[in-house]
Amino acid sequence: MDLEDIEIQLFVQAMRLRHGYDFSDYAPASLKRRVHQLVRTHDSGTVSRLVERLLHEEGFLPRVIEGLSVPVSEMFRDPPVFRALRDKVLPVLASYPEINIWQAGCAYGQEVYSLAILLEEAGLYDRTRIYATDFNDAALAVATDGIYPTREARDWSRHYIEAGGSQSFSDYYSARYDFIKLDQRLRRNVTFFNHNLVTDEVFCEAHLILCRNVLIYFSNGLQDRTLGLFRDSLVRGGFLCLGTRENIDFSPSAASFTHVDGALRIYQMGGSGTKALQR
Amino acid sequence: MTPCEAIVMGCSAGGLVALERVLAGLDPALRQPIVVCCHTGSPDVSLLVELLHRHSRLPVTEARERERLQPGTVHVAPSGYHLLIEASHRFAISVDPKVAYARPSIDVLFETAAAVWHERLVAVLMTGANSDGALGLKAIRDAGGYAIVQDPATAEVDVMPRAGLDIAGADACVALDAIADALNRLCLS
Ligand SMILES: C[S@@+](CC[C@H](N)C(=O)[O-])C[C@H]1O[C@@H](n2cnc3c(N)ncnc32)[C@H](O)[C@@H]1O
Repeated sequence: MDLEDIEIQLFVQAMRLRHGYDFSDYAPASLKRRVHQLVRTHDSGTVSRLVERLLHEEGFLPRVIEGLSVPVSEMFRDPPVFRALRDKVLPVLASYPEINIWQAGCAYGQEVYSLAILLEEAGLYDRTRIYATDFNDAALAVATDGIYPTREARDWSRHYIEAGGSQSFSDYYSARYDFIKLDQRLRRNVTFFNHNLVTDEVFCEAHLILCRNVLIYFSNGLQDRTLGLFRDSLVRGGFLCLGTRENIDFSPSAASFTHVDGALRIYQMGGSGTKALQR
Repeated sequence: MTPCEAIVMGCSAGGLVALERVLAGLDPALRQPIVVCCHTGSPDVSLLVELLHRHSRLPVTEARERERLQPGTVHVAPSGYHLLIEASHRFAISVDPKVAYARPSIDVLFETAAAVWHERLVAVLMTGANSDGALGLKAIRDAGGYAIVQDPATAEVDVMPRAGLDIAGADACVALDAIADALNRLCLS
């Protein structure tokens, strides 16, 4: 076994034994890149030196979690997905007196605000609760503030229009210097909290779960466990939306889902469409 | 020479024409998987895949996460995601920040491929307007792999091959029209 892989294993062991965070079923190639990135950020030289700090240094863990989480996101990323949610999913959700949405792996919250805008424009927001979760507290704090660099937000109004937005995107934020702050009214029905998909359990009965580009970091076993968690959380006929390049063909739990829009990775629990699992 | 088990290729500006040329010349008897990372700037590579498919005698498909690399098949990295190779010879994708201003990044593909195949890998770096791929090529050469860089004089945009030569050097620096032959020679057993 080469030295690099030994060091990565020591790191994973240290995270699990010392701090209770289990990364052993994360997709190895990405995890390795992130650990090496951490080594550079903290100028540790080697992974073993990073492990030493992880074991002995008070307060170092959150910085490691931040480094492993990489909460990269955008508002209305993949506009056709949000258009499909607007056109195909929200009209079904409208039949429920109360709507619960779980956004898992919400990163800096861009998709949470995107969803809130969709719901607001569909007239459904006042009977909706969005549970937005992530295992990175620092990201959750940013998500709660809803402040983003203007530079990043430049593409978002185009995305909003392509997603079928019916107002003007600028109605939803105020611009200050180099930042935009999203209208805090959009947050009124959002609960942000820390939830780790590896270890934590189901906490609500959801009508829609949005978990995009999170399972791509998980190996097959953990992907399957997480899809099982989503199945157990969703009401019958509830919807699941994953990232547009995700592949659930290797997960036995995927058999509980049918396609609403296969290309956009929108599924329904036990619906009447074609089975999501084709193998 | 050690037998080659996989081929990775990177390019950006001018890449479509260069890839068409190379794929058209590849021997259909090649059994190695071929993985291509080409910056396109469009949200979808299906058009690129279709165009390449027309010129190639080997099948061309978009790489899918978790799927196994297929022998004698050209896999193209999806847009907007980094494409990584796992030790299990399967694909993984990530939306980590851009590397060298690019996602997919050639560096990411090359570095992960180097860790899997070491000296049993052949890499090709071609036309492009930035220096993505140069560090990846260095990782491949450091691990004992074989690097072909397109002769910058024959590149539509020479920044990428030049950066490759500066940072990594090359085992062969050849004109665009000679790349396919070089691959056939190295990879046909
Ligand atoms: C790439 S972001 C996805 C952001 C957004 N959904 C999107 O697609 O634009 C991945 C997020 O998943 C979170 N994540 C990774 N592992 C997790 C886990 N075990 N439990 C909860 N969240 C996790 C990370 O902290 C990060 O914020």
